[in-house]
Amino acid sequence: MIILDLLPIALLGAVLGMDVVTFPQAMISRPIVAATVAGAFIGNASAGLVMGAVLELLALEMLPFGAARYPEWGSASVVGGALYASQAFDPAGALPASLFAALVAALFSGKSMVWLRRLIAAMAARQRASLQSGSRKAVNGLQLAGLTGDLIRGFCVTLAAMLVFHPLIKAIVASWSVDARYSRAFVVAIVAAVSARAVWKVFHSVPGARFLFVAGLAAGAVILVTR
Amino acid sequence: MTDPVQTDRTLPVGTWLIIFSRLFAIQGAWNYETMNGNGIAFCTEPALRLLPGGIDGEEYHQALGRHAKYFNAHPYFAGVAVGALARAELDGVPAPMIERFRTALGGPLGSVGDRLVWASWLPLCSLIALGAFGLGGRPLLVIAIFLVTYNVGHLALRAWGLRVGFKRGLRVADALAHPVLRRGPQVVGTLAALIAGVSIPLAARAVIGGGRNLSALIILLAMTGGLFLARLGGRVEGWRISLIVLGLFVLFSVIR
Repeated sequence: MIILDLLPIALLGAVLGMDVVTFPQAMISRPIVAATVAGAFIGNASAGLVMGAVLELLALEMLPFGAARYPEWGSASVVGGALYASQAFDPAGALPASLFAALVAALFSGKSMVWLRRLIAAMAARQRASLQSGSRKAVNGLQLAGLTGDLIRGFCVTLAAMLVFHPLIKAIVASWSVDARYSRAFVVAIVAAVSARAVWKVFHSVPGARFLFVAGLAAGAVILVTR
Repeated sequence: MTDPVQTDRTLPVGTWLIIFSRLFAIQGAWNYETMNGNGIAFCTEPALRLLPGGIDGEEYHQALGRHAKYFNAHPYFAGVAVGALARAELDGVPAPMIERFRTALGGPLGSVGDRLVWASWLPLCSLIALGAFGLGGRPLLVIAIFLVTYNVGHLALRAWGLRVGFKRGLRVADALAHPVLRRGPQVVGTLAALIAGVSIPLAARAVIGGGRNLSALIILLAMTGGLFLARLGGRVEGWRISLIVLGLFVLFSVIR
């Protein structure tokens, strides 16, 4: 991939990165959507969906409560989906290596959101007098600056992650030594453990949740056996 | 001052549409100092143009300045505040009363929204989509199921919030006792716990693909990992541990 090939992916990362907080929060940034769309951009939506499901299982744990600091899944899922979908014939290390890249991207993208929020706070402090005197220009200007900043942030994070990880993942996959089945099994075990804890954390206060979860597992087991 | 509890006031359709569309960008300038404050001013601004004197009037500038100060609420429920504050301003409620009301409103709108949306509705929709993926749903179908289900609730909440906020003005706190808001998180949580039991194994199986004969090993590893994470409590986030473990696994596989 040359840099021109990466631009549509970076733009997608910018738009979906914005959805996490600033606009429109319709959850098009959730991994199951963002990674699938990124996969479709590469021409392999099914691979994107697999990466999206894996990331979604991990993302269940981190809910975007108020001022909490959380990983930014929108741009990161675009990175993960695009990297995994671009590995032809799904080689052994493609899923774990792409997932690793997506998680690193989520970590740095989350940090970039914190930096942006500090920058907006500094801008708001500089314009305090105008804002408090009810200047429409100041209010709209700050809002527009925040939205533009977030778009640029998502673009830069996605582009940088793709520039770093696209060649790196290729090299990792080329020298991968663990069997494909064990590699996938390892990934699934990790995300299943994290998602089970996430579900417990979110729903443990609901009366009867334990019983219902076990009942659901039983129903799931029946479906798995009969399909 | 006009009667602050009059119920016949309406907004022009154009103003309502502009405010509603601005609500989607209410967190555009979210920051650690004023949080949603500027967003509240940005969204109420079209209604404030209706104050005597319009955008050049003193009332407009004073009201806009009031609403650009610190405010925090769940983004989907912030429409309740936008509607109620716009109504209070247009009804000519005294500024100190509006400021006290504004201060009191943020907390409840944050906690109700966090419980209903982030901790219940979003996980439920994610789990439904994961279930659809686990049952072999095609990519377009899976994302359509997630986006349509989630956004039916999302858009309904935003529209309801703005409407009820403007309709009730300073009396909007009563609306937060609506049965859907009080009992919703528990009902949605109950459903989500059941769907989680079905969806997580199905989704895991769909990801495993050709390695299905390793199911016993995966269940053993997942249970060990789950117990380990449970022992850690809330001290470390699971995704961070996943990142470290995956990094080590990648390293092992490459240098082996």
